[in-house]
Amino acid sequence: MQDVIKQNITKELFPGLFREHRAAITAGDYPSLTVQRDNAIRRFEELGFPTIKLEAWKNTDLKESFGKEYNFVLKPEQGVDVQKVFRCNIPHLDTAIMGQLNGWYVSKDVPLMELGNGIIMGSLAEAMKKYPALIEAHLGKYADFNTDSFTALNTAFFMDGVFIYVPENVKSPKPVQIINVIHHDQNLFLQSRNLVVLGKNSRLSLVHCDDSYNHQPSFSNVVTEICLGEYSSLDHYKLQNLNNASTLISSVYFQMEASAQLESHYISLNGGLLRNNIRLRFNGPHGDAKIYGIYLMDSKQHIDNQVFVDHAFPDCISGELFKGILDEHSSGVFNGHVLVERNAVRTNAYQSNRNILLTETAKVNSKPFLEIYNDDVKCSHGSTTGQLDQDAMYYLRQRGIGEDSARMLLMYAYADEVISRIAIDPLRYRIEDMVKKRLQGELQICEACVLHCNTPEQPVEFVIDMTKI
Amino acid sequence: MLLSIKNLHASINGKEILKGIDLDVNQGEVHAIMGPNGTGKSTLASVIAGREVFDVTSGEVIYKGRNLLKLAVEERAREGIFLGFQYPVEIPGVSITNFMRTAVNEVRKFKGLDPLGGGAFLKLMEEKKKLVELTSNLANRSVNEGFSGGEKKKNEIFQMAMLEPTLAILDETDSGLDIDALRVVANGVNKLRTKDNAFMVITHYQRLLDYIIPDFVHVLFEGKIVKSGSKELALELEEKGYDWIRKEQRDNGIAG
Repeated sequence: MQDVIKQNITKELFPGLFREHRAAITAGDYPSLTVQRDNAIRRFEELGFPTIKLEAWKNTDLKESFGKEYNFVLKPEQGVDVQKVFRCNIPHLDTAIMGQLNGWYVSKDVPLMELGNGIIMGSLAEAMKKYPALIEAHLGKYADFNTDSFTALNTAFFMDGVFIYVPENVKSPKPVQIINVIHHDQNLFLQSRNLVVLGKNSRLSLVHCDDSYNHQPSFSNVVTEICLGEYSSLDHYKLQNLNNASTLISSVYFQMEASAQLESHYISLNGGLLRNNIRLRFNGPHGDAKIYGIYLMDSKQHIDNQVFVDHAFPDCISGELFKGILDEHSSGVFNGHVLVERNAVRTNAYQSNRNILLTETAKVNSKPFLEIYNDDVKCSHGSTTGQLDQDAMYYLRQRGIGEDSARMLLMYAYADEVISRIAIDPLRYRIEDMVKKRLQGELQICEACVLHCNTPEQPVEFVIDMTKI
Repeated sequence: MLLSIKNLHASINGKEILKGIDLDVNQGEVHAIMGPNGTGKSTLASVIAGREVFDVTSGEVIYKGRNLLKLAVEERAREGIFLGFQYPVEIPGVSITNFMRTAVNEVRKFKGLDPLGGGAFLKLMEEKKKLVELTSNLANRSVNEGFSGGEKKKNEIFQMAMLEPTLAILDETDSGLDIDALRVVANGVNKLRTKDNAFMVITHYQRLLDYIIPDFVHVLFEGKIVKSGSKELALELEEKGYDWIRKEQRDNGIAG
């Protein structure tokens, strides 16, 4: 088997590629997974890649992303120097930080760690060998490949990714950070798969970063399944800082069992084309899910947030707040869809999407949507798109604040409504710094690793002192 | 002379609002600008402050010996021009502390002074809060967000105290205030009056002038100052109403 296959992306390519490399791809499978993969590739053949003729892809055109040649890597690189790749010392790698390079889990020593409190974290490929029953109980149960061709393709091809398991009644003592780095001297096409399982009454903070370290084009089709057991609680952060030649299709499937609690924060700072498919299902009553997003786009960057929330059970609460600032020729899409099923009485759901367009060439398509099948609900949705408030600009300038500083102050204040909800203090400070830098156009793409790359903490200097005193 | 306005004409969207204003303001003086609605009082304030939506079509404004009209809004502010807004703008997410610290330090930078550190700034803020009898805890609130009408106006006076302007223009600061808030606002102004600064108090009613005693009263009517006098003029206006001005203008054949 070749390690690297260089191809343009077409629908026709994949079934052949799958058949040719099926033995290698399925080598680590438990039996039912191989069956799933066979079904998934068949389904992909039927579905094909989405085009702008589909409602869900109307405003996100993948043509340019597909038009490049990519390398398909079917084996992890050997002898990766973890220290070198992550560019700084990673003192907590064995405990809280999980590295992923070009879709493959990388570790200093063991690929799968079992901590004293029962938490398991590490390579998904390794976990499939060691804990097949645990994986089989969850993998592919939430990410339905019948309705989504990227999920189908990922299901057929994935070979590794991150696995995290928090057992019943265990509270993870510190945040876990997944750093997913794309760094290669060739264009890469990646399909990694992550699985996060929170047992009953457990708790986890998870920071999930997608970073690139150079300007090489890449195409990532990543599927993450997250199952929140009864009464469990997850604080989830997705931080995206990729180069302008990268395409990321990130599909995250949340399964919320009864009384589970989720706060998810999507912070999109850079990326050529970012598509966040967020699909959440309440699979029991009294669940509570809040999904926040902030996106800051410029040049020709494109961001597409698709949020689907399925209220299948009564007494659940869901909230969405997505805010964006779009500069230059950038574009954005927000599609929020809340489905309230017939029996889901006393549902409380709101959706809000707000956008600021800084130029006449920036654009956004926003569509919050409620689909409700019972009348005992409290639902609201709203969407606004506008410019920076000119009255506020005048007011700030009349007090002696220069135009650039006034603009910064207003943009930062706008973003702060989302950022201020970040519960982990050091993480919030770091993200505040990154947003300030981003708004000043000074953020480097390699700066995203939130918790590890900043020791000792380096103060960031700003024109405006934003310190809250 | 601090401010000298000569034959100032200004328009918005092609509609002329100011039709030849002449006004001189010296340091240490308080000028009241009165007049009925829609005669250009707020426009005059905005043009002095530098709001870009207004076009100055002719005339000149000299401030501290310089052509004011050439300066941007923030440059005028740093030169000591302060506008107390008739409708203070709500700015969610920007705390008053942050806002004022940025503003004070930008003005200090312009004057070649070092920025105020956190401690010194907080001290200044407490001092000025006391001066304007501001009791509510503003520090962590967003600028004007959710403020009552009275709080917004007090906040304007507080900002004025923080920035210590040379020329303060108060645009209908008294509108929408109850008598207690009015007194607080007026006291703030009186405490800030010095021989080196000047005030332009734009008001509709004589009421505010019971508390802020003006040196001069000007009546603005249809884009022009048609009458100037001492504080007694305000009393006369209160008594006779603006119809008196209208009639006088009609009789003079100036306005229809």
